[in-house]
Amino acid sequence: MNSMITALARLLIFPGLLFAIPAAWFFLWAERKSVALMQGRIGPPFMQPFFDFIKLLGKTTPSRSGLGGLLMKAWPLIAVSAAAGAVGLLPVLPSSGGFEGDLILLLALLELPSMCIIAAGFSSRSIFGEIGSAREAVLSVSYNVVFLLAIVSVAASQHTFRLEALAQAPMSPLHLLGLLAILVCLPAKLHINPFSLPNAEQEIYSGPMTEYAGPELAMWELSHGLEWVAATGLVASLAAPHVAIWWVAALLFVAISFGVVLLLSVVAAATARLQIDTTVRFYWRCTLIFAVLAISSALFMRFKL
Amino acid sequence: MGETMNLWNKLMCYSRRRSPWLFHMNGGSCNGCDIELVASLSPRYDAEQLGMRLEGSPRHADILVITGPITKNAVGAIRTVYDQVCGPKAVVAVGSCPATTNVFIDSRTLAGPLDNVLPVDVYVPGCPPRPDAIVRGVAKAAEILAERASKKITAEPGPEPVAEPVAEVQP
Repeated sequence: MNSMITALARLLIFPGLLFAIPAAWFFLWAERKSVALMQGRIGPPFMQPFFDFIKLLGKTTPSRSGLGGLLMKAWPLIAVSAAAGAVGLLPVLPSSGGFEGDLILLLALLELPSMCIIAAGFSSRSIFGEIGSAREAVLSVSYNVVFLLAIVSVAASQHTFRLEALAQAPMSPLHLLGLLAILVCLPAKLHINPFSLPNAEQEIYSGPMTEYAGPELAMWELSHGLEWVAATGLVASLAAPHVAIWWVAALLFVAISFGVVLLLSVVAAATARLQIDTTVRFYWRCTLIFAVLAISSALFMRFKL
Repeated sequence: MGETMNLWNKLMCYSRRRSPWLFHMNGGSCNGCDIELVASLSPRYDAEQLGMRLEGSPRHADILVITGPITKNAVGAIRTVYDQVCGPKAVVAVGSCPATTNVFIDSRTLAGPLDNVLPVDVYVPGCPPRPDAIVRGVAKAAEILAERASKKITAEPGPEPVAEPVAEVQP
């Protein structure tokens, strides 16, 4: 019963919905604002993502009939709930519970929004949506190998798939290597430059989102913000030193996540979009070697070879 | 209940004024106005301070920005895109061409001025207009949208948005 209440509190209050939705808007604003500052502009006001969200809720959507229309309504909702669930699983507070194998659930939930984006583009019947979905699928195949190997190498070196145990593990060179590999994958996971292929706005309108309008688009924006919170939060919870006092742990989590957001915005502002073959080559040739090194050293550590 | 609806209406009004998303369409323009529109998003004028964003898809937009004297070729495309923008929406005519057809007046290749084709909310005259004039025109259009919100949340004179995709895959 007690663990049930803890789980609900994690999902609904901290680090779940009550914290994650404002944090999602804050991170979206921080990204836009820091890119604007780096370009010598002033940038959007603090509440901008909130205003965008409310405005989109008040717009009409074209009525679509049949199964296709129903699916188009469902994808953004699935994406939002998956991303919110992923944030709820993060081991932010000390002794916050969790279970053996919650890392695997977290990885699956982090992957669901991009699956939904692929499906959404194809079910919208727009040619730009289909091109965007195909690009998203190729991108996801290329970065996920590195991303999963990096996380598995960290987990294998600690003999566990439990997030809390991983978060409390002492820093080792292998841990740092894994974190670095995860950081390299984040721009692709969040579709920002130089890997903003799927929603390349000057080439293919808005990619998979081309046909979405009004409240459905608002849900996509929200799920994108929640993905920011979940992905930077994963890095933060793996990188943060173990602290017993809960409010210090929470503050550290927010501070490190914010730092990762700033780092990613610098990368986004400083680079231009790469072509699809360059992107795939980057992940397969350069970083795969790096990830294979990480996992082999993790296995050596485990079996003490 | 009435109290919360009132509060929601006020919030919606404010959000619409602070978050105009644009879709830009060229109706046979010489590109002068198009360059000035892009310049209004540049560091010197920075329209993003008002929440403006140039969107890739007409489905995402609130405000349709049209330049050029509206050639006969462009009429069909402009009507389709106008129908694809979801309500509530506003139209801003940038430059002298969509307002009067400018130096191309009486040309047999034109269907313009723009108000022969679409209901226009704001005219920004000039050949080309300065970027700050364009920013002001878009801000005015956003205020018109907010006024519509204060009357009724989804008040939108005109037909329902069509369900046709932006560009359908040909079988």
